[in-house]
Amino acid sequence: MKILVYIDLQNGVPTSLSRELVNGARGLVGSGGTVDLALFGADASVAGDLGADRILHGAAPSDYTSARHGAWLDRAIDESKPDLVLLGYTTSGLDLGPAVAMRRDLPLASYCAAVRPGDGTVEVDSSIYGGKLVSTVSAALPAILLINAGAFEEAGASAAGSAKIVELAAPDAGAEASISFIAASTPDPNAIDITKASRLLCVGRGIGSEDAIEEAREAAELMGAELVGSRPIVDAGWLPKERQVGKSGRKVKPKLYLSLGVSGAPEHIEGMGSAEFIVAINTDANAPIFDHAHVGAVVDVADFLPAFKEALGKKAG
Amino acid sequence: MHIAVILRIVPDLAEELEIAENGTEIDREWIGLKLNEFDDHALEEAILVKEQTGARVTAIALAGDGAERQLQTAIARGADDATVVKHDLDGAIESRTAAHLLGPVLRKLGVDVVMTGVQTPEDVFGQLAPFLAGALDWPVLNAVNGISVADATMTINQEYSGGYSARFAVKAPVVLGIQTASKPPRYVSGSKLRQASSATIEAATSELPGGFVPQSVSKLSEPERGTRARILDGKAEQVAAQLVDLLAEQGLVGA
Repeated sequence: MKILVYIDLQNGVPTSLSRELVNGARGLVGSGGTVDLALFGADASVAGDLGADRILHGAAPSDYTSARHGAWLDRAIDESKPDLVLLGYTTSGLDLGPAVAMRRDLPLASYCAAVRPGDGTVEVDSSIYGGKLVSTVSAALPAILLINAGAFEEAGASAAGSAKIVELAAPDAGAEASISFIAASTPDPNAIDITKASRLLCVGRGIGSEDAIEEAREAAELMGAELVGSRPIVDAGWLPKERQVGKSGRKVKPKLYLSLGVSGAPEHIEGMGSAEFIVAINTDANAPIFDHAHVGAVVDVADFLPAFKEALGKKAG
Repeated sequence: MHIAVILRIVPDLAEELEIAENGTEIDREWIGLKLNEFDDHALEEAILVKEQTGARVTAIALAGDGAERQLQTAIARGADDATVVKHDLDGAIESRTAAHLLGPVLRKLGVDVVMTGVQTPEDVFGQLAPFLAGALDWPVLNAVNGISVADATMTINQEYSGGYSARFAVKAPVVLGIQTASKPPRYVSGSKLRQASSATIEAATSELPGGFVPQSVSKLSEPERGTRARILDGKAEQVAAQLVDLLAEQGLVGA
């Protein structure tokens, strides 16, 4: 079996998810198979220690654009002729995977949490409906998979320099003419860094209304925690972006993570699943957050918050 | 600029989902349905661009439960017109199939920007925006969280993980998978909704290209329950008291 892994870069180096994908691909192909990397916009050496057989390198500008990387990925697929193309379930994975699948008429599965190659097919388990159900899908090879963070272990560095570097011929520049990169932005260094806090109180959609934010803030203060939120809370404008936990926010690993009204979609778990002690309060006993929490209770946040504040006050008493 | 916003009705995840007897889909008979939340943001962003530039906004949905009502709501929120796309398929329609149905309609309408939500809770075979881009042979940007327009060039903010993002200058045509609108989706008053309930919804008809076979789910199941949380019983007051004691024991509350 041959697998092509698209490498996502952040600050010029492969992301931890890309490292997971390469390690996963190594396991899937076994000893007789080949793992190729598709690496565009950085020196090939940045992926030299990932453990691939070949690095299919595109000497593209360092700035990612969907059109440019789509055109380069087509070149890499032509060169590799893989059975599977693995991309992370990330912004670039979304930009590139389905568009390539449509152009090439290849099957695709998204949100993959487990991958089982078969004879001419691949079977995957995908986490859908916010993590509440698992969809098992079988696809004929070649196929494209968008893989969730955590589906595979991240590999340690292997011996650098063992991968063969193949320079790809540049695609036609016409494809990228309509999208041009202006500027990148990184997290504001002056904003609060929630990744440094040892205790976090996280509010999710289940807190109900913006009025409850103030009450949650008071509870956070009483317990010596920073107040953070899941994506819907930030999208609603109830908390600033720098306080968002999850895939599109920050990845945190506090000693205590108290979640109030957070359902626990995979995108949220990706941001907090490795917290040391997780407490979940939610009215839905089937919410996926209870699969990740150490302690939980099925109660309404609106009832819990005032009682929690009172109990904290008594303890401090 | 003529913007099409694709709206999809999806199961409400706040409700309990039951697996249907065939074991490959959820039982949709009793489940609550709602507008896909990312499509809600896509509609809002389209209306914001309209307010900034005078662009025309057409809301589009594939025919199905609740589709026409959502389109009327879109008109109440500021869309100029709406089109329901009739087809002969039953049940949930996966994204690539939807892209095949919508592509010809979008071309016929002559739109030059397509916006839709970046994902739905059930698009296991891939997401609509990039499939539409493939169908139309247009570029695509996903995880978009802000658009401004000047002199026919859009400045589009694309979000990545970990708080990173980038801005691009983009010329139409383009497909955009919207993650978050520049402002939270607006509230629509009851009177506006009532007014829009008599708005005309245009109808278009589409069919799949010959020989196209959609992917299918082989099994739908509950996730494996690993180490479930220890559940604290009782009413909110009892839960709160137990939790504070437990956290205090571990030195996890107070200074």
